Amino acid sequence: MKLPTLREAGTEARLLLIGIPVFIWTMIPIYHMFVFAISPKEDAFSGKLWPSHPTLHNFEIVFFQQHYFLRDFWVQLGNSTIIAASVGALTLLIATAAAFSISRLRVPGGRIVLNLALFTYFIPAAFLAVPMYRTMGNYGLLNTSWALILAMVTIASPYAIWVLKQASDKLPVELDEAAVMDGATSLQIFRLVYVPLMMPSLVAIGTYAVLLAWNEYLYAFLLLSNDRDITLPVALGNFLAADDSPWELLMTTGFIYALPPAAIYYAFRRYMVGGLTAGAVKS
Amino acid sequence: MAITISASQDAAAGTPLSARLSTPQVWGILMIVPYLLVFLAFVVYPVGYGFWLARQPSSYVALYHDPIFARAAVNTLIFLVIGINVKMLIALFLSGFFVQSRSWIKWLSVIFILPWAVPSIPTILSVRFMLNPEWGMVNQLIFKLTGDDGPNWLNDPSVALAMAIGVHIWKSLPFWTLILMTGRLAISQDLFEAADVDGASWWQKFRYITWPSMQALYLTCTLLSMIWTLGDFNSVYLLTGGGPADLTHVLATLGIRYLRLDQLNLAMASIVCALPLVLPLVYFMMKRLSR
Repeated sequence: MKLPTLREAGTEARLLLIGIPVFIWTMIPIYHMFVFAISPKEDAFSGKLWPSHPTLHNFEIVFFQQHYFLRDFWVQLGNSTIIAASVGALTLLIATAAAFSISRLRVPGGRIVLNLALFTYFIPAAFLAVPMYRTMGNYGLLNTSWALILAMVTIASPYAIWVLKQASDKLPVELDEAAVMDGATSLQIFRLVYVPLMMPSLVAIGTYAVLLAWNEYLYAFLLLSNDRDITLPVALGNFLAADDSPWELLMTTGFIYALPPAAIYYAFRRYMVGGLTAGAVKS
Repeated sequence: MAITISASQDAAAGTPLSARLSTPQVWGILMIVPYLLVFLAFVVYPVGYGFWLARQPSSYVALYHDPIFARAAVNTLIFLVIGINVKMLIALFLSGFFVQSRSWIKWLSVIFILPWAVPSIPTILSVRFMLNPEWGMVNQLIFKLTGDDGPNWLNDPSVALAMAIGVHIWKSLPFWTLILMTGRLAISQDLFEAADVDGASWWQKFRYITWPSMQALYLTCTLLSMIWTLGDFNSVYLLTGGGPADLTHVLATLGIRYLRLDQLNLAMASIVCALPLVLPLVYFMMKRLSR
């Protein structure tokens, strides 16, 4: 093996000079959270970069709900899971049907619906939050899981329809024609031709909707308030209300809560990067 | 259109529509109806209701006299103009870094995406505690290194706002870097090889090859990021809570603040005030994306 030339070494050094700060910048808040999660209370508040006695005791307290703030941990984690799964399933159902209808069946007015969806996509979510809160009150859904599920479906589906429509436009129209020749009904085309071919995009959109709902804080804290109805992010936010908050437990719970989305993201990264970034800005 | 050949009336027999529509079109309508219902119930109704709540001129007079609203408007502009541009410039720069083919850069890009994938609440609260003046890791470190007390980060409005912008950048930088990377990867490698043969410098390659093919994408990303950042509630609310003394609010958190004070009309009016800023951006984006 030949030694790298001075020029090559220089390039490598410059890349490292960018890479190392990027790594530190990215990891600091996550590392800080992790250090808190494995620190006993005394260490956590002493600002040490690494605890002198790392322990898993905090996880034990969280898992066995041994603290006042954590008495409904499992219920709240369950709420988060049910809501995220429902949002993923409903968004997929609604958006896939709409994209199929607009792109493949060329329903009259489909173009207008697509533009309306796109318009919704551009409404900043926090601006819609206040009227959404009142709307859910008027519908009598406030403080039920349905309020959050429907709100998140509303937010997730415009982008889902947009991406799925882009992806389904790329499927050759001959496929549908051939299926029609063979006597397939629209529903059969949808089930047997369209959905299997769209699988990669559907995985990307499902993941997107699940992560969106799992990570949501604003809508969750507006629409849900009973201790046993709220999702875990709202419970984490409630820690802030008290002055003597057990920060090491807050960070432990947060760390646990951050693990599933990170795992889901990495599991479906292949689909996510291709499916989502393509639809996001490319026209 | 080949699909319309299979017109039959069994699916919607008896309805007046079926006389004019083919079966696939009936199915098309049935399949788009769920989204339309969601749209009507949870977009049209709330937006209309919001405008109705914001109809009284007195709300706008009250806003005009509320110093917190003026402050929030200024903060929002700072957030957008400085925050977004700094973020997008860094994203543009880093996208060039991450397209380098090195295995360690591949690994770094996998880690780099974490802030975007994980929920914001634990990470932002982590930063919040890190910046705590007494027990936070940052000030403890400053004390150990210099023997001086560090600044009270979140108690100074301009520092607190800067920190909120920092948190926002931390959270959304990976996403935009990823998008700009796809833009860079779409550029033909031949162009760069030809430029290398001609002895072009790094800057010349960027100026004459990369930038011309990326500028449209860059502009779209910047505008889209502005629209979304207007709705960024978490970065400010979870880090500063709008404090100290309500001086770091942005429009996204101000609406919620009014809601909590039971001043629903003001909440809606403050959002309506942001529309002159939002609608041109939305119009431009719609034109670009929906051709």
